[in-house]
Amino acid sequence: MSSPLLTAQQIVKSFGGLTAVANVSVHFDQNELIGLIGPNGAGKTTLFNLLTGVTPVTSGAISLYTDQGVQSLNGKKPAEIAQAGISRTFQNIRLFKELTVLDNVRIAMTNHYREGFFTSIFRTPKFYRTEADMTTAAQKLLAIFDLTGVADQPAKNLPYGIQRRLEIVRALATKPKLLFLDEPAAGMNPEETADLTRLIRQIQHDFHITIVLIEHDMSLVMNVVERLYVLEHGALLAEGTPSEIQQNPAVIKAYLGGEA
Amino acid sequence: MKANLKYNAAWLGVMVLGFVVIDACEFLGIINSFIENMLVTIGINIILATGLNLIIGFSGQFSLGHAGFMAIGAYATGIITQTLVTPIGFYLSVVVGIVIAIIAALIVGIPTLRLRGDYLAIATMGAAEIIRILINNLKITNGAAGLFNIPPLVTWATVYVFMCVTTIVTVNFIHSRSGRAVMSVREDEIAAESMGINTTRWKLAAFVFGASTAAIGGSLHAAYIQTIAPGDFNIMASIAILIIVVLGGVGSITGTFIAAIVLGTLDTVLQNFGTLRMIIYSLALILIMIFKPSGLLGTWEFSFKRLGSRQRKEQSVHE
Repeated sequence: MSSPLLTAQQIVKSFGGLTAVANVSVHFDQNELIGLIGPNGAGKTTLFNLLTGVTPVTSGAISLYTDQGVQSLNGKKPAEIAQAGISRTFQNIRLFKELTVLDNVRIAMTNHYREGFFTSIFRTPKFYRTEADMTTAAQKLLAIFDLTGVADQPAKNLPYGIQRRLEIVRALATKPKLLFLDEPAAGMNPEETADLTRLIRQIQHDFHITIVLIEHDMSLVMNVVERLYVLEHGALLAEGTPSEIQQNPAVIKAYLGGEA
Repeated sequence: MKANLKYNAAWLGVMVLGFVVIDACEFLGIINSFIENMLVTIGINIILATGLNLIIGFSGQFSLGHAGFMAIGAYATGIITQTLVTPIGFYLSVVVGIVIAIIAALIVGIPTLRLRGDYLAIATMGAAEIIRILINNLKITNGAAGLFNIPPLVTWATVYVFMCVTTIVTVNFIHSRSGRAVMSVREDEIAAESMGINTTRWKLAAFVFGASTAAIGGSLHAAYIQTIAPGDFNIMASIAILIIVVLGGVGSITGTFIAAIVLGTLDTVLQNFGTLRMIIYSLALILIMIFKPSGLLGTWEFSFKRLGSRQRKEQSVHE
């Protein structure tokens, strides 16, 4: 059995009277590729938001297993959680639109490079060195994902599929141990989805990270993930390998309705 | 590295050339005291507006209290140079002004910049009023009468050098790791946070930076004009700086320069028209808002680097 990376125990999120996530417990292991599926409004994105600190949990415990031991993520701000090694993409793309592709990636590297205030405003040799290091690292990453040609374009000028890819590259630039992808294939044509499938496999292979993916495109999910969680009405409905889930009567009922 | 040196040298050349041209005109008598006054006002406005543009255009936070921080610098200089009538006294007063402005900016910024939204606008407006009313009622600032006979420790040349230095420092800040972090907050705060950017910290950095340049502008203003009163730093003064930023382009330092020069010249040319001036002024703003809402230059910046690479591209095409 592989070692755990992140566990969430009995987490609850209620907005006033509405319980968006009810008593959900999940665990993501090192180097795992996990899928999170469920009908619309099942609480998938809310769960991502809770795990990345965008919205605080009402109750429950979230722990991250790092080299330094177990770290509680409860009450941590999104920036702190990101610095701890969790990165994400967004369902409705949130790039830094007016900035160039290169800058989008370099911004995500902010915390990995030290550049003092006086170093940068007086342009000491150290400033040029750090900038060059950052740029080289960013270009390397862009090259891996075939984005070198558009490095100087503002992010808003890119086609939709490339924007999604850039968002993944930007998330990887924070050097995460855990990457959440929120509907990466949304709005993509079958060809782009096939590319994405390759891309996700490649990331997991090259970067040795855990990837959790929310997705409605079943061909993508069933093809790449090792394990699946199914959410419905904010509660965990099922857990298992793709083939187990495909035969699970409760899941079939949730998706197709009727008596199963 | 070598390429960077070339572009830096080009900028240095422009700055030296500007200095030499003004100096020559001054020597030849083309610039009288009236025009010099205009040039100095433009220079000070550039310092104030670049700082405000950093806050509004680059970090995306709306500040309406720039004149308040300017007042801090102006009064620091006014009070200190009356007892220390030396250039050293002036530079000391600039530093004191900056330090007090930073403290004031932290007090206003820390609680409000933790929030998302336009809370800063209201808070800075209030803070600027508080500063003005404090100055109005304190003995050391001579109340509503203000300070006069401030020693003239500043010439146009001092203002020119200060303008160049603050612009260089601001532009260098923008084109660094810090500047990119600040701009990511403007672009998308939630995404920035998810990339590990401590948004509160970077918003505060930009705000404090802008406030300290405002203090520098205030110090220069006090030492050059030699008379200051609390009324000089009211909300209309803040809005006058805001107009320069908005007109030139929110997020364009080049635009700020052009707008400060255009408005400064317009102000002097239209001086004889009295109140008609304000009508022309507002008309110009309305027209800009209708036809070019992002300001004259939007976020466009003049860059020797881009100019250089374009020329190289054209050359290779011709070959």
